[in-house]
Amino acid sequence: MKITQIKKIKRSLKKPHSDPPERCCCVSNEVDTAPCCGPRMVATGGEITDKVPGFISWMDFSTGKVPHISASLTIADHFGACMARWGFNRMRHIVPPGLYAIGAPGLDAPVCVTANYKMSYDTVRSALSGRNVWLLVLETFGVNVWCAAGKGTFGTNELVRRIAKTELHTVVNHRQLLLPILGAPGISAHEVAKRTGFSVCYAAIRADDLPRFIDNGMITTTDMRKVSFTTYERLVLLPVEIMLAVKSIALISTAVFLAALLADGYTAALMMVLAYLGAVLTGIVLVPLLLPWIPGRSFAVKGALAGVGWCTLLYYCAHGSSWSLPTTAASFLALPALCAFHALNFTGCTTFTSRSGVKKEMRVGIPIMGSAVIIGIMLLIMGRFL
Amino acid sequence: MTGLRYLKNVATLKLDQSACIGCGGCLEVCPHQVFALEGKKARIDDRDACMECGACAKNCPVSVITVDAGVGCASGMINAWLQEHNVRGMKGGSCC
Repeated sequence: MKITQIKKIKRSLKKPHSDPPERCCCVSNEVDTAPCCGPRMVATGGEITDKVPGFISWMDFSTGKVPHISASLTIADHFGACMARWGFNRMRHIVPPGLYAIGAPGLDAPVCVTANYKMSYDTVRSALSGRNVWLLVLETFGVNVWCAAGKGTFGTNELVRRIAKTELHTVVNHRQLLLPILGAPGISAHEVAKRTGFSVCYAAIRADDLPRFIDNGMITTTDMRKVSFTTYERLVLLPVEIMLAVKSIALISTAVFLAALLADGYTAALMMVLAYLGAVLTGIVLVPLLLPWIPGRSFAVKGALAGVGWCTLLYYCAHGSSWSLPTTAASFLALPALCAFHALNFTGCTTFTSRSGVKKEMRVGIPIMGSAVIIGIMLLIMGRFL
Repeated sequence: MTGLRYLKNVATLKLDQSACIGCGGCLEVCPHQVFALEGKKARIDDRDACMECGACAKNCPVSVITVDAGVGCASGMINAWLQEHNVRGMKGGSCC
C-alpha cells in the first residue's frame, strides 16, 4: 500500500464515527451502547493473547505477532455455544478483535472478515478447516455479524480501523476482503475501497459456503446468496427467547396465581396459570416452529390462530363445557391475544420480516390485543357476580 | 426463501432507476433477490420480499436506493417508545 494511502486511513481514523447511528432490531441508536441481541453491558474483546480460543502458536511479522489458531472446535467450544444459546455467560462469549491465521496463510491467502461474537468466530474457523486463510475479526462487542451490521458496529469505520490496526496491507499482497453477505447492512463497500484500497467481496451468507466459494474461483453462486430460515435455524433461537421472557412470565404467573387463589381457590389458580403459560409458550415456541404451516402472513394473526388452537385444546381437555359463559369468552379472547403478542415479538429474530411490516402489525394489533386481554379480565371479574 | 413471505405492500424500498449506473451491487448484497438487472439498470423485481435491512442502500455507490432500514422487533419498538416517553423502569430494557 502506498504511504499516502496509509496516511489517508490514519487521518480517517481520527474522525469521529461518521456512520449514521443505526438501528439494531431494537432500541439503541448509539453505536457504542449495549446491543439488544448481546450483552446488556458493553463487552469488548480485549487484546489478543495466547489464551484466544484455538490458539496454537504465534506467527511473527515485522509489524507484530499473529496467532495461528486451530480450525477444530473442542468440547468446551461446543459447550460454550450451547450455554450462550441459553443466554448463560453471553457477555463472555467474545473473542479479541484482530487478525488470526488459519492453516498456514501466506501473502496470497484470502482474508475473511467476521464478528467477535465467539460463535461467529467458531463457525467461520471451523468452516475453513484445512484451508490457509487470514481471519480478520472486528470488534462488534460480542454480537453476531447480522445484528452487529444492523447496529453499525460491524461497520465501515470499524473495518477501516481494523485494517489499519492490523497493518493488513503488509500481511497480504492482494487487496481483497471476503465479507459475509449479512454484514452488508453495516458496510459500505465503495467507501471501504476508497479509504483503504481493499475491495470488499460479499462472499456468501453462510460461513459453511466459504470453502465452496473459494473453490469456485471466488464466485458466489445463487444459492450462496439466498437466506434461509429452516426449522433448525428457528429452533436454535428459541432457548434464548424463552430465557429472555422468563422474568416477565414468572411475574405475571405469580400475579395470576395469587389473584385466582384469592378469588376462586387453588385449583382455579393452577388452571389459570396453566392457561396463561400454555398461551405464552405457544407464542414463543410453537408459532416459530410451525411458522411456514400456520396460515397468514402476519405474525399476530399466526399467533392468534395458534392461541385459538391452544384455547380449544384446553377447552376440551379441561372440561370446558362446565366453564361459565364469561370464563369461556374470556379465555377465547385473552389467550389468543397473549399468544399473538409473543408471536409478533418473534419478528425480531426472523430473516424476512421488515420494520415497516412490524410497525403496521403493531399499530393494528397491539390495541386489539390489549383490548382483548382487558375485556377478558373484566369478563372474569363480572362472571363472579353473575 | 420458500414458504415464508411477510406482509404485502409495506416495504419502503425505493430505487431511482434513472440515476442507476447498473453496477449490480444491490443484487450482490440482497439476501432476498429483490433486485434484477434490466439492461444496464437495476429494477425492483420483488418489493414484497424486502426485509428493509438496508444493505442495498448502504452499498449503492450513487445513492439511488432509499429504504427505512431496520430489523423489526415488537418488544424493541415498545421499549423504544417507552424510553422516548420517559416511562420509568424502561431504561436499558432489552428486546431480544
